Amino acid sequence: MIAWDGPAGRVLPVVTAPAPVLSAVGAEVDPCSPEIVQLAADLVATMRVSPGCVGLAAPQVGVGAQVFCVDVTGHPKASTTHGVFVLCNAKVIEASRWKAGREGCMSVPDLTGDVKRAGRVVVSATLPGSGEPVTVTTDAFEARALQHEIDHCAGKLFLDRVAGAHAVYQRKVYL
Amino acid sequence: MHELAITVIGPDRPGIVADVSEALAAVGANLTDSTMTRLRGHFTMTLICTGPSPAEAEAAIGTLSGVVTQVRQVSPETYASSGEPYVVSVHGADRLGIVAAVTRVVAAAGGNITDLSTRLAGTLYVLVAEIDLPPAAADELAEQLAVAGAELGVEVTLRRAEPEIL
Ligand SMILES: [Zn+2]
Repeated sequence: MIAWDGPAGRVLPVVTAPAPVLSAVGAEVDPCSPEIVQLAADLVATMRVSPGCVGLAAPQVGVGAQVFCVDVTGHPKASTTHGVFVLCNAKVIEASRWKAGREGCMSVPDLTGDVKRAGRVVVSATLPGSGEPVTVTTDAFEARALQHEIDHCAGKLFLDRVAGAHAVYQRKVYL
Repeated sequence: MHELAITVIGPDRPGIVADVSEALAAVGANLTDSTMTRLRGHFTMTLICTGPSPAEAEAAIGTLSGVVTQVRQVSPETYASSGEPYVVSVHGADRLGIVAAVTRVVAAAGGNITDLSTRLAGTLYVLVAEIDLPPAAADELAEQLAVAGAELGVEVTLRRAEPEIL
């Protein structure tokens, strides 16, 4: 029901920290505007061509807006999944079952970190195109992905939430 | 019984931790607290041990090739850190003086840094520090860190550390 069913998008370059747009609070958007529908499509297109990418937020393509896409389909840590979807102006309205886990981010390509996230969340948002309000209830890895992307829309990176001085890791490079 | 502080630094290679700890065990050194990590490919180990005299320990690890070692006798713990545990994250474009500026602000608030690590990844500089803060000092420190962060052009977050007790 919330699955993305919009036009084809363009693949955009992904910006990396320390780009200021990643640390700015994204603007609330009009989900029905053509620009936001195009942005949603572009986020999905960019996520799809990026190996291992399970979510992408507008600030990561240089746009300070509260829009992101998620797709954790087939991920081994996922339980509940909603396929490919895009949310606008999303807010976490319930969070429980806090649990630490290792996170990476396309905008911080060289590092990973241990971050405590809720293992179950309820998120309210609107869908791009229709502007229909939705409530997404999910858990496990999809819940983690939603919190990571909602953080992006608020100008936060996983680095702002790492558990401690020894919870940031150099991403291993396998040759 | 001597209490010794020992540092070992050198190019990393497989087996170096085993070599250091074997050499110390051979002279009866009992490792208490220790930490080992790689900093940009350099092996670094810092440890406290009890047992041998400084001369015995020096002789034991002084023969390890390719590493710089230092042995120093220390007295038992003198400063017991107390307070409320917080975590500070800093990230932004690399520039001179980030660590100095941020840690000075923490010190001025009466905070004691109990653990700190920094990473340079490309042009991104990341600092994460664990600190103990005097009661009710957090709000003011958060404001001062925001000012320092704005001056440095970096993002600073201060948040309460929550221990996982299971
Ligand atoms: Zn991310």
